[in-house]
Amino acid sequence: MRRFVLIAVPYVWLLALFLVPFVIVLKISLSDAAIARPPYVPQFDWVEGIWAFLSQLDFENFTWLIEDDLYWKAYLSSLQIALTSTLLTLIVGYPIAYGMARAPQEWRPTLMMLVILPFWTSFLIRVYAWKGILSNEGFLNQFLMWTGLVSEPLQILNTTTAVYIGIVYTYLPFMILPIYAALERMDDSLIEAAEDLGCSRMSAFWLVTIPLSKGGIIAGCFLVFIPAMGEFVIPSLLGGSDTLMIGKVLWEEFFSNRDWPVASAVAVILLLILVVPIVLFQRNQQKEQEGDA
Amino acid sequence: MKRLSAFNVVSLTLGFAFLYIPMLILILFSFNESKLVTVWSGFSTKWYGELMQNEAMLQAAWVTIKVAVISSSIATVLGTMAAYVMVRSGRFLGRTLFSGMIYAPLVMPEVITGLSLLLLFIGIGLDRGVLTIVLAHTTFSMCYVSVVVSSRLATFDMSLEEAARDLGCSQAQAFRLVTLPIIAPAVVSGWLLAFTLSLDDLVIASFTTGPAATTLPIKIFSAVRLGVSPEINALSTIMIGIVTVGVISASLVSKRALVKQRREEQEAVRAT
Repeated sequence: MRRFVLIAVPYVWLLALFLVPFVIVLKISLSDAAIARPPYVPQFDWVEGIWAFLSQLDFENFTWLIEDDLYWKAYLSSLQIALTSTLLTLIVGYPIAYGMARAPQEWRPTLMMLVILPFWTSFLIRVYAWKGILSNEGFLNQFLMWTGLVSEPLQILNTTTAVYIGIVYTYLPFMILPIYAALERMDDSLIEAAEDLGCSRMSAFWLVTIPLSKGGIIAGCFLVFIPAMGEFVIPSLLGGSDTLMIGKVLWEEFFSNRDWPVASAVAVILLLILVVPIVLFQRNQQKEQEGDA
Repeated sequence: MKRLSAFNVVSLTLGFAFLYIPMLILILFSFNESKLVTVWSGFSTKWYGELMQNEAMLQAAWVTIKVAVISSSIATVLGTMAAYVMVRSGRFLGRTLFSGMIYAPLVMPEVITGLSLLLLFIGIGLDRGVLTIVLAHTTFSMCYVSVVVSSRLATFDMSLEEAARDLGCSQAQAFRLVTLPIIAPAVVSGWLLAFTLSLDDLVIASFTTGPAATTLPIKIFSAVRLGVSPEINALSTIMIGIVTVGVISASLVSKRALVKQRREEQEAVRAT
């Protein structure tokens, strides 16, 4: 009995507040927009029965999404922005994780805390910090003009470049931590062995260190890519009007256009796109855990 | 001791500069005299004064803290239960679905979680306000709590609990007297994580709130959308300050607890 309660309470909570809402999104994505409260038809009605209700559902919103190239462009540009910034985060994050793993033992807890600290700090504030830096009169442009590299301010804020910077900055800890964990576990004598066997330091790095930290690299990339794909805050604060990202499109469809069925259809497709990386990520994590045991 | 190579020193320095300089600039300009947040014109704390007078901001801060305390406390209870189920309960009907529902919210885009919860609340006719934000925050943060706690439970030695049972404890007593004190650090960090996530959340709160309950992130977002303002810098500085003190003291406390535990273990070994 006690076991039943223990399982049932969190189970029912998640069913009611996680699974059921998804079924509703799916249902509304198949409904039609209407000027009503709530603004969609059909409403479920026990009197009319299930068949009458189901017969009114259709894939019209999805055909609409396919026909209107705004949505295609938004999905593709989100995909491109998410992939590029994941790669950039890896390039920036790997040397930091590597340096941390090579640092003297007694420094490591402090370095680790320095990486985690920004993660605890408000996401919104960290994005906002760049708004002041990247603007035309901002710190970065003042610095560039002072060094004489540019003669007039560069337009960085409200461009896709600013979105890349924002994503790399805010998601960097997610990339550093798994890679650091993988590198820290690595046995240094393997590098020495490779060098003794005639590898140069560079080729020992490519042939030994990189393959051994592969699990961490994969985990880090998924941890950046998946949330970046649906990102809303960064493109709306740092991006320009031409920066199309699907999270922003969904938000506007919902709050500005009040077209709930289309917003739901946008969400369903975003989820379908993300199912593949999410499943791959889970499998990678399972493999890592089994490797540890 | 191996020395750090020049390459590693450079990458660490640049990396941490990248992580910290933006926040330092933000903090610096909160003490700027001028309304412009890009040109330095002298030291002043007047923006902090103005912030303290901003009723709407203070009201939003209060709502945010209330939501965060309530939702993270419920999430800690539910998350610990879920972790216990995942690690201990063996097989039961729908276990795969259960663990799927625990892990999925961790990687779900916030816009989707927010939208789906909002549609649920409207569907069942629940008025949007503090209650709906609490429900939404509890749901996603209980999953984080459960992941943190279950990783601790997985390494927990079952025989300790069995020993307590053999010595006459009921299952509830064994949990309260043996298991809970041992997993307590994980439960506390789960609570802290849930609290911070709730404090931080803009997207899900925007979807699930009504006009009556505006949280601080929603307020900040609508202010910074228009541009930078020194008042927001001042607010950010206060928030960064609280987090920094919190994280550093939490890590000092857990370090001290670890040292104490090691010493006790050594003494126990010596006593035998």
